[in-house]
Amino acid sequence: MTKELLKGNIAIAEAAVRAGLEAYFGYPITPQTELLEYLSQRMTELDRVFLQAESEVAAINMVYGAACTGARVMTSSSSPGVSLMQEGMSYIAGSELPCVIVDVMRGGPGLGNILPSQADYFQVTRSAGHGDFHPIVLAPASVQEAIDFVGLAFDLADKYRHMVLLAADGQIGQMMEPAELPPMRPLQKNVPDWALTGAKAREKRVITSLYLKGEEEEAFNLKIQKKLKQIKKNEQRSVEYATEDAELLVIGFGTAGRIAYSAVEAAREKGLRVGLLRPQTLWPFPERRISELADQASGCLVVEMNAGQMVEDVRLAIGGQIPVTFYGRTGGIVPMPDEILAAIEESYSRLQIAV
Amino acid sequence: MQKEFLFSGFGGQGVMFAGQLLAYAAMDEGLEVTWIPSYGPEMRGGTAHCFVVISNKPIGSPVTRHPQAVVVFNNPSFTKYEGEVAPGGLLAVNSSLINQESRRTDISVLPVPATQLADSLGDLRMANVVMLGAVLEVLPALPPAAIRRALEAHLPERRRHLLEANYKALEKGAEFARSMVKSA
Repeated sequence: MTKELLKGNIAIAEAAVRAGLEAYFGYPITPQTELLEYLSQRMTELDRVFLQAESEVAAINMVYGAACTGARVMTSSSSPGVSLMQEGMSYIAGSELPCVIVDVMRGGPGLGNILPSQADYFQVTRSAGHGDFHPIVLAPASVQEAIDFVGLAFDLADKYRHMVLLAADGQIGQMMEPAELPPMRPLQKNVPDWALTGAKAREKRVITSLYLKGEEEEAFNLKIQKKLKQIKKNEQRSVEYATEDAELLVIGFGTAGRIAYSAVEAAREKGLRVGLLRPQTLWPFPERRISELADQASGCLVVEMNAGQMVEDVRLAIGGQIPVTFYGRTGGIVPMPDEILAAIEESYSRLQIAV
Repeated sequence: MQKEFLFSGFGGQGVMFAGQLLAYAAMDEGLEVTWIPSYGPEMRGGTAHCFVVISNKPIGSPVTRHPQAVVVFNNPSFTKYEGEVAPGGLLAVNSSLINQESRRTDISVLPVPATQLADSLGDLRMANVVMLGAVLEVLPALPPAAIRRALEAHLPERRRHLLEANYKALEKGAEFARSMVKSA
């Protein structure tokens, strides 16, 4: 296999095709439009379903319908579009349907702007729709990781009969990097045993999110919670750099995590004992590993492209054991490595390091 | 070894392509590379820029405040980025269209009449490749042959007939930069 110079949005689209995507529904919005544009040609070429809906609301409900038939299905959007999709996302979760939703986040709130942002961390991990659930959320930091996570997203969606969100940002969507695409997987042959395929000569199946009786709704909720507990146990993912002897643990995801890597490298060159943990799953949050690292570190700095959202999960994971500080930029501003380095030096200088 | 490049100019001047060509060449040489465009609400006639980082190690940040090489194609880009060149770095200026002079003494400035040189080759659109040829002569991040190979391998089908013209533009820029260095 050879590497190609690929733009994030296009790489995600082609990775989905190769992961056996059977149907895509979407609506254009910057900074993810190339994804939809690419699929409009590629999917029709392969005689698979591509449909540009009349709105994000329609697109997510088409995803809902197609997912009921057991097809591998995906949509993609960016922050304001994802807000419009939330009702449908809740119904999909309430019907336990697998699907992949790509969110190439941009600056908000409101129409905001089209620059890279991580301001929808709460939205994707906490409030992807009404009701008591979390989607699985994967956060790539490079084009290669975006490709790898698309395949993983479909597999996790099928494994748990659950919605998986790929939470990227405008920078990942627009950036070109050398990356390797996986080989084309054959389309799935077996339709799952819950799928709606026409009830001829078999018992009818019902897919619904409506449970009028409290006891039934509670039983269903407990079933979801049991599944989420399994996911929390099995699927926490993160990567680390120079954490072995780190006194200051820096935590950042996606683009912010990647820029923090440069800052941590620079801090190491200055002789500071600093390490980086980059969560790859935002839900489930890699709390086990962060808690372990908090046992050896003296402080933690969280870096995000928002006003401080994941930092709350870090504080929950660390439980007050060590001080947690925060550095963030908002409005679509991507922090430069030198400002993160300054935040590292500031946090480091305040550490009480036992000698 | 890490080298950072910023290319900036009017939409339509081939700024994005100049950066992509460099990125393709770096990839083909087995190096790590990132390419990021400005993708704000730019339009034809507005300014656009792209960032290219080349390294022999995995790249953390694909953006940097003070790039080692800044290549500007028009006046607004000069005004915006002249001050951002890293000390000791290179500012390459399309002197056909830019009438400002840098007052910085801590960087090298390379004025290249890229638009005129491209015009002398019979195609104004080649100013971007002329510039790239000149820049790589002064800042040899990649061998010139790597750019030729990248053109050969990645020039889209509909631009294929321009391959020879691109080679000539590269060489024209390199030649000009050599003459500048000699006379300096």
